[in-house]
Formats: sequence, C-alpha cells, structure tokens
Amino acid sequence: MKLKSALLGAVAALAFAPAALAERGTDGEVKLTFPQAVSIMNPYLSGGTKDIIAASMVLEPLARMDENGVLVTRLAAEIPTLENGGVSADLTSITWKLLPGLLWSDGTPVTADDAVFTWQYCTHPEGGCSQATKYEGIASVEAVDAGTIKVTFTGPKPNPYTAFVSHLAPILQRAQFEACIGAAAPTCTDANNMPIGTGPFMVTGFTVNDTVSMEVNPNYRDPAKPAFATAVIKGGGDAEGSARAVMETGEFDYAWNTQIPPDSQAAMTAAGKGQFVVAFGTLVERIETNTTDPSADLPEGERSTAKHPHPIFSDIKVRTALSMAIDRSILVEVGYGAGGKPTCNVIPGPEGWASDNTACLTQDMDGAKALMEEAGWTDSDGDGIRDKDGKKLSIVYQTTVNPIRQDFQALIKDWWTELGVEVELKAIDPGVFFGGDAGSPDTFQKFYADIEMYANNSESPDPESYLGQYQCKNAPSPETQWQGENINRFCSAAYDALYAELGTTTDIAKRQEIAMKLNDMVTKDSITVIPLVHRGTLSAHSNTLGGVIINAWDSELWNVADWYRVK
Amino acid sequence: MLTFTLRRLLLAIPTLLVISLVIFLLVDLAPGSPMSEIPLTVPPEVRKKMIEALGADQPVFIRYILWLRQFFWVEPMTLFDGWFGTSFVEGQQRILSWQSRSPVFTIIGQRIPQTLTVIGTAYLVGILIALPIGIYSAYRQYSFFDQAGTLFAMIGFSVPTFFSGTLFIIIFSVWLGWFPTKYDTTLTVTDWESFLKLVKQMALPVMTLGLANAAAISRYMRSSMLDNLGMDYVRTARAKGLTERTVVLKHVLRNSLIPVVTVIALGIPSIFGGAIITENLFGVNGIGAALIGAIQANDIPMVQTLAFIFAVLIVLFNLIADILYGLLDPRIRYD
Amino acid sequence: MTDARAAQPKPASQLRDVWNQFRTHKGALFGLCVLGFLIVAVLIGPYIWVPEKLSVAEAIKLKNQGPTWRFPLGTDQLGRDMLARMLLAGRVSLAVGLVAMVIAIVVGTFIGILAGYFRRLDGPLMRVTDMFLALPLVPLLLVMVMLFRDRVAGMIGPELGAFTLIVFAIGITSWMATARIVRGEVLTLKEREYVLAARSIGARPRRIIMRHILPNVVSPVMVAATLGVAEAIITESVLSFLGLGFPPDFPTWGRLLFDGLQYMQVYPERVIWPGLAISLTVLSVNYIGDGLRDALDPRIRGR
Repeated sequence: MKLKSALLGAVAALAFAPAALAERGTDGEVKLTFPQAVSIMNPYLSGGTKDIIAASMVLEPLARMDENGVLVTRLAAEIPTLENGGVSADLTSITWKLLPGLLWSDGTPVTADDAVFTWQYCTHPEGGCSQATKYEGIASVEAVDAGTIKVTFTGPKPNPYTAFVSHLAPILQRAQFEACIGAAAPTCTDANNMPIGTGPFMVTGFTVNDTVSMEVNPNYRDPAKPAFATAVIKGGGDAEGSARAVMETGEFDYAWNTQIPPDSQAAMTAAGKGQFVVAFGTLVERIETNTTDPSADLPEGERSTAKHPHPIFSDIKVRTALSMAIDRSILVEVGYGAGGKPTCNVIPGPEGWASDNTACLTQDMDGAKALMEEAGWTDSDGDGIRDKDGKKLSIVYQTTVNPIRQDFQALIKDWWTELGVEVELKAIDPGVFFGGDAGSPDTFQKFYADIEMYANNSESPDPESYLGQYQCKNAPSPETQWQGENINRFCSAAYDALYAELGTTTDIAKRQEIAMKLNDMVTKDSITVIPLVHRGTLSAHSNTLGGVIINAWDSELWNVADWYRVK
Repeated sequence: MLTFTLRRLLLAIPTLLVISLVIFLLVDLAPGSPMSEIPLTVPPEVRKKMIEALGADQPVFIRYILWLRQFFWVEPMTLFDGWFGTSFVEGQQRILSWQSRSPVFTIIGQRIPQTLTVIGTAYLVGILIALPIGIYSAYRQYSFFDQAGTLFAMIGFSVPTFFSGTLFIIIFSVWLGWFPTKYDTTLTVTDWESFLKLVKQMALPVMTLGLANAAAISRYMRSSMLDNLGMDYVRTARAKGLTERTVVLKHVLRNSLIPVVTVIALGIPSIFGGAIITENLFGVNGIGAALIGAIQANDIPMVQTLAFIFAVLIVLFNLIADILYGLLDPRIRYD
Repeated sequence: MTDARAAQPKPASQLRDVWNQFRTHKGALFGLCVLGFLIVAVLIGPYIWVPEKLSVAEAIKLKNQGPTWRFPLGTDQLGRDMLARMLLAGRVSLAVGLVAMVIAIVVGTFIGILAGYFRRLDGPLMRVTDMFLALPLVPLLLVMVMLFRDRVAGMIGPELGAFTLIVFAIGITSWMATARIVRGEVLTLKEREYVLAARSIGARPRRIIMRHILPNVVSPVMVAATLGVAEAIITESVLSFLGLGFPPDFPTWGRLLFDGLQYMQVYPERVIWPGLAISLTVLSVNYIGDGLRDALDPRIRGR
C-alpha cells in the first residue's frame, strides 16, 4: 500500500507538479453524480453496485484489487501468502495483520475484534447479508491479538482472499453495529446510512435515494490526504443527464456509469470540459441459447426443462451458423463505441485468464448459410425462411427494455433474416426480467424463449465461482422454483468434472489453463453461449479533477483519497 | 352541507380500506421482486436468505394486516412519542423500505419540502398562466391571441415532459449556461444569495411542469367560458348596462369554473404524487421520484404507503371539489 | 356523438345542419384535412414509399443522415429510412390514439352522466373512480400484461392481441378525469329550469339525458377528447418501455420520440419528425373538436 501510493504520488508529481504538494482538505469540494441514487451505505444490506461504490469511500477492507486486478493492501500491513506464512500450508487458514495505529473516524482504535464482529454480522442466519458468499466456507474468525485476525476455513481453500477482501466485504465497527445483528439489521437506520469507517471520508448527511454528503475523515491514516475537504454524491436521473452535468455544464466532477450512444460521447467530449474513462472488467453482453424446448404447447412445468431438448438448437450446426452470421464490430460501433470490444469469450479478462478464442470475430455469412444447408435446413418453399420436415426455422429472441439492446435486436434480426431465419423479438421490463418472480413467465431464468440476451460478469478476477454457474445442478426448473444460474440448462459431465478439478487446484497457471478450457467448452466448442461484446464501465470525469485511475476489479472510487483539483 | 361532508368523511373510511387492499394485492401480484437490482453474481441461496430477512416470503394477507397495523398504529404513535417523549411503540417495527431499510415516513418527510416547493410552484404557475389565457381566449374567440394560445396549449400538451425538459436543459443549461441541471437538495435558504440559487435551480423543472399544466387547464377554462358567454343571462347582464369587466369576470367566470375546479382538484393530489419524469430528469428528490424508484425496485412497503397516501388525497380533494361545486352553484344540492 | 344524434327527431336534416355549420368553421375544416391527410398517408404511404433494401453493413454506413432526396426525413442510428418508419409508426399511433380516446370518452361520459344524474349511483360510481385514480399505473399495467397477454394473443393473434391490450389498457386508465368533469357539469345541469320543466311533464330520465343533458356536456368532453389523443399516443410509448405491447422492432411515434431523445443534441431532426406528427394530430383533433362543438350548439348554429 505504502509503495503503491508513493508510486501514484510520484506519477502525479511528474504530471502536475503543484498538486502533489497539496495538503489534506485544501481543494474544496469534489462532486460526484450517479444515475441511480444511493439507497444505503451498508454494502452488507445492499447488493446494488451504486450503494457499494458509494460506501467504498467510507468503509474499507483489509485488502483490495488495484487497476490491474492485483491484490494490494488496505487496512492490512501486508498480503498473507504461502511464502510469508500468512496462509497455512494446508490452505485451511489465513492470518491477517492490521496496520498499526489505525483509527476509526470517531477516534477509537480499529481492532481484530471488529473483523470478528463483521464476520458474525454477515453470517447471522436472520440478517439476510447480501455478501454472504464472501464469508462462505469459514469455520471461525478469531482475534489472535488486537492486531491479528485468523480466518479458519472448513477445508482447504485455494483462493483464501474472500473474507474482508474487496469493496464488497469491508470491516464494520463493532461498537456501532453491535445492536444491529441479525433480524435487527434493517432497523439500525442511522448506522446503515452513516457508518463509521476508516476511509478518507465520513458521512455527514444522508438523504435516502438522493444525496450523500461527506467530509474529510480527521483520523485518516495518511495525514496529507485526501486533498478534498468535502465530497457530495448526488443521485438520480439518467446516464445522459449525469454525463451532461460533467461533460457539458461542468456542474459535477465525476459521473459513474454514463453509458450513452457513441455519437453523443463524441459530441460531449468535444465540449472540452471533461473526458470519458472506461474500465474493462469481465462484463460480457451475450446471447444465451436455450438447450431445452420453450414451446407454449408443452404443459406448464415441462416448458423449458431438460425433459424436452430444443427441437432446433439440438444441432450444433444451427447454433454455429447463428453465431457466424453476426458482425460483432458493427454491434460495438453502434452500441458502445469506446466502451466495448468484440469478444468470443465468456471470460474476456484479465490477461492470463482469457482464452485466445477469436474465430467468431469475423462475420461469415456464406459459411453460415452453407452450415444451415448442411444441417438440412433449406428454403424449400421459396418464402425466404428455411424449413426442415415441414417445420419453419423460426425463433423467439428476448431481452430487456434498453435502447442499445433494442438496436442489437434489430441488427441481429436483420442478419438472421438474411440467413433465412424468422425472428420474433420481445423486450421485457428489466425489473421483471431479472426479478426472478416464479409467477411471471418473463424472467430470464424461466427462459420461455429460444434465445435471450443480457450481460453478466465475474465479480472477481478469478472466475471460479462465475464458471460454476454452468454446472448441470444449477439449471433452473420448476423443482427449484426457477432459481439457478445455469440459464442455458447446459449439462456436460466433462465440464462438471473439470470444474471440480478447478476447485482443488492452487497453482495459478494451472487454474488459468482450466478456466480457459471451461470457457471454450461453453463458447467455441458447443456454442451454447454466443458472446457479443466485452463491455466496460464508462464513467466521465471533469478535466479539473486529477488522480482518477479507473478500476474494474474494485470500486471505481478506490483511490478517491488520491484525487485532487487540477489548478 | 355539513351533514353531507360528515357523511362523506365517514364513508371514506371503508372506501379507503378497500382501496388499500386492492392496491396491496395489485402491487403484490405484479411480476418482479425486490432482488431485481441485485447483481447476477449474487447466488440464488443468498437471494433467498435476503428475501426471508425482508419478510417478503410471508403470505400476502399477513403482510397486509402487518402493514395496516404499522400504518394506523405504529406510525402515528411514533409521531406521538416523538412529540411528547412517551414510549408507546418503542422498539416496534415501523414501515421500512425494502430498498433502503429506512423508515418510509422518514423518506417521505425528507421529500415533502422539495415536492411542495417545486411541483407546487409549478402547479401554481400553471394555473396562474392558464386562467387568464383561457378567459381571454374565449372572450376574443378566434382572435390572433386565441389562435396563439391554442397553439401554445396544444404544443404544451402534445409534447411530453421528457422531451420539453431535455430541450430546456440543452437550451438553458448547455448553450446559455443560465441554470443548473441538477437540483441541489442540500441547499438551505439563509440569505439573498442562496435564495437566488434556489430560484435558479427551480427554474427549469417549474418551467417544464408549468407548461404542461397550463396547457390542459387553459383549454378547459376556454371551452367552459365559451359555453357560458352565449347564455341568456350574459345578454341580460349586458342589457342591464353592467361593464364588460363585471359581466365577464363576475358572471361568466363564476359559472364557468365547475369543470376547471374538477380538473384542478384532480391535479392537486398529483402535486403530491409528484411529476415522475420531471423529478427524475432534474434530480429533484420529490415523492414522484421515490415512487418510481420503489416500483422499479419492487419495494412493496414504499409503493403501498405512497399509493395509499395518494388515495387519501384523491378522496379528500374530490370531496373538496364537491363542496366547491355547491358554493359556485347553489342550485347543486347533495341531500 | 352518435348518442346525441340518435336522440334528435329528424336525423337527416339535423345532420345537414350540423355539417353546414361545421363547414363554416375554417379551423375545423383545416383540422379535418390535416387529420385526413395523416390517415391516408399512413394507410397507403407504406405501399408507395418502399425503402430500398440494404444489407446491414450498407445501412450502417448511411446512419444518422440528414434529409436528402434518397431519405426525405433522414436515417436513424442504424441507417433505417425515417420516412418509412414514420409512416409505419403513424398507423399504430393514430389507431391507438383515436381508439383509446374514444373508449376513454365513452366510458367516462357514461359513468359521469349516471353518477351526476342518479343520486343513488353517485356514491358507488365515484368511489370506483377514486379507486382507479389511486391505483399506481405501472404495477397495474404489469399485472394486466402478465395475466392477459398470452391469452389475448392466443385468441386473436399476437399483433392484434397487442393492439387490443394496449388500447384497453390506455382506455381503462384514462376515463376517470372525463367522468369527474362530466359529473360536475351534470350536477348543475340537472337543476336547470329546462330540465326541471322536462321532468315535470313526465319525461323519462333516458330522454332527459339524451335530449337535454348530453348536448350540454359536449364542450368539456371535446376538450377531454383532444387531450386524450395526445395522452394516449404518449402513454403508448411508456407502455412499450414496460415491455407491454408491440414487439420492439415495431415503431410508433411515441417510441421514435423517446428513442430520438438521446440523439437530440447531435441530430435534432430525430425528435422533430415524431414530435411534429404528434402535435399536428393533436392540433387537428382540437380544431375538429372546436368546430363540432360550435356545430352542435343550437345557440351558435342559429346565429
């Protein structure tokens, strides 16, 4: 951490010499705007990214990822590893040492006991903690002494950096949350809205779903930081409005998540007040194919279940042809501009984890048509739509209501019509689509359509838990109340076996190799998933705001302590 | 009139109870879940736990009864406790928003000032513009002023606020740089300067909403005035030698106000209901923005409470309109 | 309107009277012409103006163009011809706007008159109106789609099914204002001398309503109708954003306007065309309403 910030400081000093000399609280106010307003400042009670990012200015974990996806310290003195003995040789425990002399913003010392409490808080059965996965597989968390935390796992854990790591799992103050454990968690409004933290800022005012006012934390460990005395996060509106407030009117310094059309990006940049920055994580906009039959003629309860394989997509040639007919670079040009890249992978990054699978990047309409012929789908009656055994090649294509997705639908429908496939489009309210309400026919888990499009990502650079979704057992079905992450109902014994192997592998290079293989199994080998665009998070910051380093692996505001005003 | 008012008020109680049940069932039946904004990376088991912690897995009638109890007993008593320092309902659960875990009434309390200042001003401005335009347009029917007024009203009405609001932002904020685009809710008026700031940030939302409101009201005013200007009593009044001013503003206007009163009474609850799109566009944290946010996040306690308060206001203002009818036209009797 | 006509003793000459009066109203004639032109344009336009068939790659190169001879209204962000889309969109928007408006007006007037005239019905009907006013629109629409979309589509086909559902949804959520306004008017009208006179000679309620009440509430109803068209067209665009209604590749004016919004600064014509079309429709309906009101008012007609 020390080295890191020293390096950052050096970089800043080179670029903007006067700014590096800034002292704490000398640069006035930094104003941020989010298209979705902040609802709560406690990441354990909220799953919404907006809340977690805002909370990261106040609450801190022991360690976090830097912009390259490398683990760096935050409250810990160093990263425990096998080499330095922090991680036990049998991989069943990890021991963290806190930085000496750490204080909460109220002036009390940070101790290992706070970490123990945080673990109890999130694992309480009635608490409904949204980051429970971070604390999964933990037998106990003990405070060895005031500055040492020992986490013991229930078994060997190849990736021990889950609890107290990343902005998703920061440390709470026991004194403040003591009475808020379990069923009482939601009733502690003050604590949830104004948590006491160790970060560079502390909350001074909170209006629900509107504004968070913050001022500098007097007990922040680096006496020269942050440069800003106060910070404000204003929420609400839309991506367009947020971007405009930074790029054109200059009312705000930073806008998170400003996904707007490429043309508007260019026009706003031309105004000369700010710039867009983009962070590429693992978010991939993809088309999921349904391996089961979604036909409405099937009785309820058998629709889109493993009982009936898909009548058209059972043939891999059809799926391949559909993928080949798409020109991904046009999709990027129309929808994302600088905020996207064409991809053929489910895991597009980080470097080392992404497979070198690039075959799908060039469109091959003739090849796609030939494949269709080969599969027996021909246009026998000359109406422009292929058919086979008297059945038309007709599919339903659903996604959420979103201007970019509707553009994608229109373009892809054009290509597939050229291929001889009849496409019926459907757009569903995102609240319904992602809501998972078992009573609604329109959820993405139920998948009452032939293909559907949305985006998904791995929350950590190591994609183990993300790849777990394609296991047979995770397929949604009536028996699981339509819950489950294996949307395609993909089921392969080879995949499951290889995934099990990933769970016991500790060597990084080996893990990467397995992850790539798993990625290829669902993409190029079986075309179960048709990846389209590797999406970044587009944010905007004013030209007068310095020190912004965008980070896709942690909160975008991870280095807010280093931000300063360019004079 | 008094017995009528009392009877209507008593009748309102069962009506509102039925309305609250219908709203509850409707909101509950609507597809979607409070988990729809949680990232896909959160696995199903965790989601299930979160839903249980919210109490959202309870049967619908239990939740309804609980809500009734909270709304009619816990919340008023909390207020009472707050005023008199008593502790009747200490530790009892208030109505908590699922999205933010804050008490719903705290959120409403935070939002009422902005709603009233911005949306209320816009409504007032709308009425103040609309009435003169409507009256004068009718008085000089088919004059240039009337035609211009018609055009203004039609454009005001056919252009949705999401369009006019964005247009105003581009003209007045981006090009001219006069007004801010985001409403600063933390601003407190202490002196002349901060007051000026408040006026500036209110300008765009008030303009957007005022235009839309003025358009509709001015049309009703005009048409109703036209109806009455042709009546016999107007001729009589003129024949008596009354000034045009008296004839138009005293006789005709009063008789023309009934449909206008209805429209305004229908509109006042919607001030509280907020202007969803406008509030969202300008970042005014009013009730409307809260409602739409809650609907999107399937925050049932919040939606239910807001919709119910909205229902109370509708019933109340329709009653007020009925009473006003009687004042405007003494021939109307309800008994 | 049909009701008012049915109540007249000599429909033929009465109708001619109304038409003669209507013709003298310049604004009304203008409105009728514009609306007629719009309807004809969207009905036969798509057959006359057939955009050239372009592949995706070709079309993308032509995206966001201004008006040219090749694309009289320019192209959109995917290089699609805006004129063709506007014509197609107009079909849906005009149909939805007019039909939903008629439903809302008929239901609203009917309920308003019943509640205003019959004291016994006033309470129950107005409480129902209050309830409909109080229901939050978005959940109501979502529930309606969930319950009825597949069923309606199964009965009359997906496209007609979507149309029926949209028109029904808009109609059912926009009659309340009309009902309350009409009721308010009826409350004063029924105490007027001529109504009392009619009642005292033993006229039946039905006849009094048709003959004396209905013609006198025409003017607020006309305003409500005008505003109703605009509202229905805009509401339709809101509906498509809830995933209710037409498939996403099916343009409507409201949706073109909404889609164009994010391009407003860069390509203003994207919002001007649909905005203009909606405004023209509303304006012409308004003038027709003005003319009709004048024509139906015997006091003005006699002048």
